[in-house]
Amino acid sequence: MPDPATATVGGFEPRIVAFFCNWCTYTAADLAGVSRMKYAPNIRVIRLMCSGRLDPQFVMAAFAGGADGVLIGGCHPGDCHYVEGNYKALRRVRLLERMLGDLGIEKDRFRLEWISASEGDRVKAVVNEMVEKVRALGPLDMPGKHLEWDKEMEELEAHVNNAQQEVPAR
Amino acid sequence: MSRRIGVYICHCGTNIAGMVDVRAVAEYAAGLPGVALARDYKYMCSDPGQELIKQDIKEHQLDRVVVAACSPLLHEHTFRNATAQGGLNAYFAQMVNIREHNAWVHVEKKSATEKAKDLIRAAVYRVALHKPLEKKEVPINPDVLIVGGGIAGIHAALTLGNAGKKVYLVEREPTIGGHMAKFDKTFPTLDCAACILTPKMTAVKTHRNITMWTYSEVEKVDGFVGNYKVTVRRKPRYVIEDLCVGCSECIEACVYKEAKFPDEFNLELSKRKPVYLPFPQATPLVAVIDPENCIELKRGKCKKTCVEACGDRKAIDFKQEAEVKEINVGTIVLATGFKVFDAKRIPYYHYGKHPGVYTALEIERLVNASGPTGGDLVLRNGQKPKSVAIVHCVGSRDENTNKYCSRVCCMYSLKLAHLIKERTEADVYSFYIDMRTPGKGFEEFYNKVSSEGINLIRGKVADIYPETPGGTNGRLVVQAEDTLLNIMRKVPVDMVVLAVGLEAHPDANDVRRMFNISCSTEGWFLERHPKLAPVNTFTDGIFLAGCCQGPKDIPDTVAQAGAAAAEALALIDAGSIELEPNTAFVVEEECSGCKTCIPLCPYTAISRNEEKKIAVINEALCKGCGTCVAACPSGAIKQNLFEDEEIFEEIKGVLIHA
Repeated sequence: MPDPATATVGGFEPRIVAFFCNWCTYTAADLAGVSRMKYAPNIRVIRLMCSGRLDPQFVMAAFAGGADGVLIGGCHPGDCHYVEGNYKALRRVRLLERMLGDLGIEKDRFRLEWISASEGDRVKAVVNEMVEKVRALGPLDMPGKHLEWDKEMEELEAHVNNAQQEVPAR
Repeated sequence: MSRRIGVYICHCGTNIAGMVDVRAVAEYAAGLPGVALARDYKYMCSDPGQELIKQDIKEHQLDRVVVAACSPLLHEHTFRNATAQGGLNAYFAQMVNIREHNAWVHVEKKSATEKAKDLIRAAVYRVALHKPLEKKEVPINPDVLIVGGGIAGIHAALTLGNAGKKVYLVEREPTIGGHMAKFDKTFPTLDCAACILTPKMTAVKTHRNITMWTYSEVEKVDGFVGNYKVTVRRKPRYVIEDLCVGCSECIEACVYKEAKFPDEFNLELSKRKPVYLPFPQATPLVAVIDPENCIELKRGKCKKTCVEACGDRKAIDFKQEAEVKEINVGTIVLATGFKVFDAKRIPYYHYGKHPGVYTALEIERLVNASGPTGGDLVLRNGQKPKSVAIVHCVGSRDENTNKYCSRVCCMYSLKLAHLIKERTEADVYSFYIDMRTPGKGFEEFYNKVSSEGINLIRGKVADIYPETPGGTNGRLVVQAEDTLLNIMRKVPVDMVVLAVGLEAHPDANDVRRMFNISCSTEGWFLERHPKLAPVNTFTDGIFLAGCCQGPKDIPDTVAQAGAAAAEALALIDAGSIELEPNTAFVVEEECSGCKTCIPLCPYTAISRNEEKKIAVINEALCKGCGTCVAACPSGAIKQNLFEDEEIFEEIKGVLIHA
């Protein structure tokens, strides 16, 4: 398997939006940097103070905006800087997973990971693994699907309108 | 509304510029909506770099600032300050992490540059929405809690006490002193540990500003920097501390004529009675009764000769119960120390199975004049060893146990080699992997000891086994490959000393959770920055001292304890601290009063205004996690700096390709 950190650009490169909590996973990603670990460049990290701040709408917005995957990073259970924000994130993520499944978004495109401030190597491993899996799945392209669905809706609407006109008035 | 945003891309020498095409990124940023100017500069954090921001704000009427450089955890405050000095609200600045999260972790310039553009675009979109914010100022309680009464805790307590601060020193064991109290001599000066430690222990006990609670543990910690509320449980010692004078008469009088229970302080190399003093210089010098073994406490049917012996002092109290104390402090110093590696984890060294195998800490007690043998270094059968092997790196620098170097073992092994030679004239063989003696006077000490006729053998010990089957003659063979001579050495000895490494306490994880700080993978408490904030933690107002942060020797421990005390003093003497304004607030007209948020808040900062039928957030209690914001079904709660709109813009920003 090619090393995702060094894989040549060309073909499909997934775009992954990550939401990392300030205290554990964001710090772990900093540690990965300080330790000069190499991982795939497909990830864009957005810093939240706590994974508990994760509004499910953020995930939806990321997918709708063209993300091929969304990664959530929080402190390990019991380690949350804000006591239990990560449990609340977990609750929301579990519910959200079902909804995403219903929307036809594959499981591997959405991932929650507990990564503590000392686990820089874990950031590297998780990002690389996720990039590999999403690359295998191919583009999600929700914006494109939205256009397609809009077009279908328009066609359907036009069809219904036409049909109504064809019915002779009694 | 059109913005005038200034974007700055830092080269960080070649750290960023080596992987990200900073010029191309700056050109790209200049074309983003609302961007008035974009520059790249060698070191943004330098004075001229910051000056650049200040000048541009004035000259180009900038209203927002984006700095793409290192991690915001490192320099966010720097650029907020520069922005404020330029005349804008400090929170009109946004940082983009293109070093730790980009240049340092990627290997391909094109994709790293694209990533930098994406991240900067997100910041530009987001910063346009930033609102002016002010920091909150909260007063700092000047009292300090120190957890752990080893040399680190003692030194920090005395420093703070001498500065006139009220200090609570909490120690789990019945006496302060920690590991250092168990040592005989200290390297490299060979001064006696007790001679330099016990005066400091007494000073703690008698200090008017220090409240010393031994045999006590912290149970709960609430609050935040400047205002911690701590619950301490004082375990019953069944002896009233204020009445006992440490005369030992109760110990003499105990119905157990012979000491028969393992003595923890002497690492079970000797016995004690159910009522005991941990060691002659214990501080406080107050007897302790061990409820597991005391007949009166176990069965209530003892003659209580101890009470009789105590007489009018009436210091013994079998009805004593645990006492729970609640204290308020502004800062906390953690100095909880270490434990030595359990040598039983390496079965082929036969520790705990063969009586001739000792740990170095046990030898410290055996060579100590106040130890179980009165300082005679003898084997368990009472005989002086004629040959002794010292095995370095037991539980250190080992893939199977701990990968790290415990830093002190080479030096204490040299010290023990010297002491063993001096006390017994035995042949001493020291098996080392590398001799690590970096420290003031350490290399000189190594040279001195190696000229004393100690056999230093470079080789990791592969096996230790009895010389005769069943170990009948008591001797052991130490086998190692001598990597300097390239031969296999099998050295028969009477005594093996395992230079055990240092490990984090098994309950370090619980302690860390209680104080809301982080641990490294090895279990050491994590400092805020390995170089620039070595005694700070990620939780403001909590500082680290000594081996709880990682293995270190006594001079380093004391230096770090002094540093932790100074950091605490700096906070206390400032009188107040500024808190980040990233708290949550309720938009009254949007709140439906559904109460979803109330049980979610871990700090009970949210309550309900019954009159208006809406939620109210107490800003002083809110710590800004944003959990309630994410949960509010009406979107009525907002978090400063992390408003939904700001994050949506950021999401949009990282995804829209130009």
